[in-house]
Amino acid sequence: MNMSADHFAFPSDADTLSRLRDRLGLAAEAQGLLDVAYTTIDSPVGPLLLAATPWGLVRVAYAVEDHDRVLDTLSRRLSPRVLRAPKRLDAAARELDEYFSGQRRGFDLPLDLSLSAGFRQLVQRYLPEIGYGQTRTYGQVAELVGNPRAVRAVGTACATNPLPLVVPCHRVVLANGTAGSYVGGPDTKKALLRLEAA
Amino acid sequence: MKQPFEKVVEQHGATVLRVCRVIAGVHDAEDAWSETFLAAMRGYPDLPDDANAEAWLVTIAHRKAIDVLRARTRRPAPVAELPEAPTALGVPGAGDGDLWRAVAALPDKQRQAVAYHYVAGLAYAEIAEILGGSTDAARRAAADGIKNLRKNYPGAAMEGAPS
Repeated sequence: MNMSADHFAFPSDADTLSRLRDRLGLAAEAQGLLDVAYTTIDSPVGPLLLAATPWGLVRVAYAVEDHDRVLDTLSRRLSPRVLRAPKRLDAAARELDEYFSGQRRGFDLPLDLSLSAGFRQLVQRYLPEIGYGQTRTYGQVAELVGNPRAVRAVGTACATNPLPLVVPCHRVVLANGTAGSYVGGPDTKKALLRLEAA
Repeated sequence: MKQPFEKVVEQHGATVLRVCRVIAGVHDAEDAWSETFLAAMRGYPDLPDDANAEAWLVTIAHRKAIDVLRARTRRPAPVAELPEAPTALGVPGAGDGDLWRAVAALPDKQRQAVAYHYVAGLAYAEIAEILGGSTDAARRAAADGIKNLRKNYPGAAMEGAPS
C-alpha cells in the first residue's frame, strides 16, 4: 500500500478542527489578539456579515457586497487578525433578530466608526436620529447636518455606510417619495421601510 | 495584500493538525495546534505578504510541539500515549494504531523530517531551515525515517512532495 499525508488524517478531523477553531477564537479574545471578530447570520433580507473590533460593531454587510471582499477590506484597513468568532457579535445578532421580528425600534450597541471619516462619518452619526418608521430626504439630511448643498455627498455617505441597518441609511429616501438606491439593493430598502411601517 | 487570518486557519488548519499528530503524538496534537495558531496570530501582522504561510506555520508548530512535549515530561503522564496492543477502538478516530506506534518510535529528527516533507509537503531546503543543518541532512533524515517506518510498518511507501 502507498502511504501519503492522508494516513495522518482521521475521519473525525472536520469536527476536531471546528472545535479547535472555536477554542482559538476564545483564546485569541482572552489574549487581546482578536482585532476583528466576525460572524454571519441569516435574516429576512439574506445572510448578513457582522464584524466587531474590541471597541464595537464596525461592519454590517449584505451578501451583495460579497462577504469575502468585505473581510479582505477589514483585513487591509483595520488588521489582518480577523477570525470568525461569533461570541463578540452575540448582542448585535440578538438585537437584529429583534428588529426583524418587529420587537426592536432602536439599537443599543457600541459602534466603532473607524471605517468612515469626515463628512461621511458626520452624516452616519446623524442618521440614528431618524426614528424608526420615519424617513428623511437626502436634501433634508444635508440641511440637518448643516450643509444644505451637500445633497450628493449625503448620498455618498449613505452608499458607503459601513453599518447599514444599525445606522439606518435606509430611512433616507428620494425627494419624489421613492425609496432610491441602497447598499443592500433597492428591494431590501423597500422591505425595511415596509417592516417599519407595519 | 495580506488575507484575513481566518483564511490562513481555513487553508492550513488540517495540514498543521496532521503535522502536530506526527511530531507531538496523537494525544498532544490538539494542544500543539492551538499553541501554534495562537502564536501565528500574534505574529501574523509582521509576516511578509509574500511569505510561504505553510512553511511559516510548520516552523511555529515545530517549536510548539517541542514545548508541549517538554511540559508533558515535567508532569507524570496520566495515561499511556498509545494502547500497547491493538484494540477494536484504537486511537480515537484513527484506524491504524500500528502506524502511530511506528511513527512514535522514530528518532525525533527523522520523525520531524518525515512530517515536514511527507505531511506538510515542504521542500528539503525549507526543512533544513527548521531543523538546522544542511539540505542533504534533511533529505537523509526523511529517507532514514521512511526506511525505519517501512521496517516497523510493513508495506508503507511514502509519496510526498517532489524536491
